[in-house]
Amino acid sequence: MTDLSAGYAPRLSACPACEAAPLAQHVAARAETPAHDALILSLPTAHCALCITQVEDALTAHPGVRSARVNLTLRRVTVDAPGLGADDLIPVLARIGYEAHELDPGALAATTADRAGRDLLMRIGVSGFAMMNIMILSIAVWSGAEAATRDLFHWISAAIALPTVAFCGQPFFASAWTSVRARRLGMDVPISLALILASAISVFETAQSGHHAYFDAAVMLCFFLLIGRYLDHRTRAIARSAAAELTALEVPRATLLRDGVEQTVPVADLRPGDLIRVRPGGRIPADGEITEGASEIDRALLTGETLPVPAGPGMILSAGEVNLTGPLVIRVTAAGRDSSLARLTALVEAAESARGRYTSLAERAARGYSPAVHALAFASFAGWFWASGDLRLSVNIAAAVLIITCPCALGLAVPAVATSASGRLFRRGLLIKDGTALERLAEVDTVVFDKTGTLTMGQPQLVRADLPQDLQPVARALAEASSHPLARALAAGMADVEPAALQDVTERPGQGVEARWQGQRVRLGRADWLGAADDKDGAMLSSWLAIDGQRPFRLDFADRLRPGARECVARLRAEGRRVILLSGDRPAAVAHLADELGIGECYAGVSPTGKADLVGQLSDQGARVLMVGDGLNDTAALARAHVSISPASALDAARVASDMVLTGTNLLPVAEAVAVAERATRRIRENFAISFGYNVVAVPVALAGFATPLIAALAMSISSITVTLNALRLNR
Amino acid sequence: MDVLTMLIPISLGLGAIGLAAFIWALRTHQFDDPQGDAQRFLSSRWDDKPRPD
Repeated sequence: MTDLSAGYAPRLSACPACEAAPLAQHVAARAETPAHDALILSLPTAHCALCITQVEDALTAHPGVRSARVNLTLRRVTVDAPGLGADDLIPVLARIGYEAHELDPGALAATTADRAGRDLLMRIGVSGFAMMNIMILSIAVWSGAEAATRDLFHWISAAIALPTVAFCGQPFFASAWTSVRARRLGMDVPISLALILASAISVFETAQSGHHAYFDAAVMLCFFLLIGRYLDHRTRAIARSAAAELTALEVPRATLLRDGVEQTVPVADLRPGDLIRVRPGGRIPADGEITEGASEIDRALLTGETLPVPAGPGMILSAGEVNLTGPLVIRVTAAGRDSSLARLTALVEAAESARGRYTSLAERAARGYSPAVHALAFASFAGWFWASGDLRLSVNIAAAVLIITCPCALGLAVPAVATSASGRLFRRGLLIKDGTALERLAEVDTVVFDKTGTLTMGQPQLVRADLPQDLQPVARALAEASSHPLARALAAGMADVEPAALQDVTERPGQGVEARWQGQRVRLGRADWLGAADDKDGAMLSSWLAIDGQRPFRLDFADRLRPGARECVARLRAEGRRVILLSGDRPAAVAHLADELGIGECYAGVSPTGKADLVGQLSDQGARVLMVGDGLNDTAALARAHVSISPASALDAARVASDMVLTGTNLLPVAEAVAVAERATRRIRENFAISFGYNVVAVPVALAGFATPLIAALAMSISSITVTLNALRLNR
Repeated sequence: MDVLTMLIPISLGLGAIGLAAFIWALRTHQFDDPQGDAQRFLSSRWDDKPRPD
């Protein structure tokens, strides 16, 4: 339990690598041991009763699955399937139209056994029970119980209230103590003071057979504040589990070659000079130099280039790049802390400290509120003591002031809104990782998008193929022989064509595929390999198909637009926000996309540092920047921006550096999130105004000495309920 | 006022039963998926017999 203000402030960690690395290493270490029986998959698109039945039915019908249970609150399905892997089950769900991602059960163990959350719920239950029972007795007192009966009721109330306050107030006492020791006044100091003072005064009054006891107020305070605390805890627990979920997606392992024997080791164990093998389709685990093999390298996540680069012995590779067509052996030059990946992380750290700490609305409110409350209570005590000389009366009035001004509604105002807003965004596929992200998002006036992988899917798609009818089956068959992204796009684009029968199909890493068809040599691949003239500056990616002795045919590909990208950009622009496209890709491709989406401002060929600098410049000019990006090259910019979002397909470093993660493929929730955030912030301000309004009415009554326990109970419950209802309006 | 010696223990006892039920539900993970449980009753899958777990 930290205090309210501390709870909102920190990002998950100052350094994303510190957050991700231990968890990822833990995952890698555990990967050596045999797999679990229980598989956990995340289901970002499940939302109703039908989804539950469909998913559970489809999974149970799959041979080998013993049972499957969907948890709709967390959007997960737990599958008991000994011997089956996530790779077997994800296609099953894809066939019935559900996206699914694998999660690591070990990394999630902490979130499923959510002890702290259940502990808070338990305290809420106990204080609710106590509140109801004391209320029954209090109503009897308010409606006129006299003398011995009143004393008896007060004593019974005391017997229930004192243990309850001692047990349920612990979270507040603990955090008030920490903030007092740190010489700060958090929201919890006046809360604890009010709880203790109310209980003590009431015991004293009861012993003196007095008229007013505030046991009900003390317990009610506990109850409402614990609800606020629980909502706040839940929002943050979901955020934490989101971060854990994301690291669970990627397991950093490498295939080490030692004396010719392959061995799987965690990336952290690699040393410079080690030889590692990288299979086609695998990610390069450490910086190094190619010693054997030829292939093509996809650098999209590092630089934003969509065009794969040919690679051969002697070429230097950086960690994070993807090997496409041929197996490679790499001599490690830098691993772990020295690698380019780690250097980028350092850049992120620097950018993050530059962003500084954002003071949330709740903190700002607490900062002004707590001293004012204490001053007011003390002034009323001093004033009454000076005027009447009656110590007991003065203490009573001071306690009434403290109880009435206690930030009950204030403690609910922010968590209720945050819960309802993040719940709404969660249903639309956005995970919020940071407590203050919503407030920061509401201030955004400039939106910077990355191109590859963010506005586009990062997967090419066949757009034009001027092939004669008889060559189409050949193209399909050749394409199927390769795992190159363009070949796969070609195969997908010609899915309705029957593949031709080919002989001697061989893949030439870095060049293309060749085969024999009806006795002729046919080739599919790069322009220079086929002797065709390629325009390198074109907006399109292209591949060529040639039959020996004939003119080669050109096949054009374009990166596919992410669904919702057009609408998202249009909506942000319609709301009067400045939209900028920032990419490391070729100018022609960037300009083409900017044109298509109607983005006026675009920058091409920008380096990772350049991106962060540009975002920094915009901030210096006073703009509040929302950065949306997915690559390693965006990481520093993501951390530098006022607030940042990355899609789930992004590299883990990028996801860790950003405040929110988009779990679905559609980009539209980004525009929606900005609108929701604005409304949420407006609600928070309204809630502050409401609870302040109640105080304006009730405090003079308390100061004048007319406050009774009945008035305190009414003011407290009505303001708490109004604030909660106002927050719930956000859900409509 | 003799009735109070009966009524107060009874009301406290009833409340305590409710509290015990709540704590039991909490301990047996019945609050782990509130949204899913709210939706599940809409499906008629296990209407005839309980799910064989």
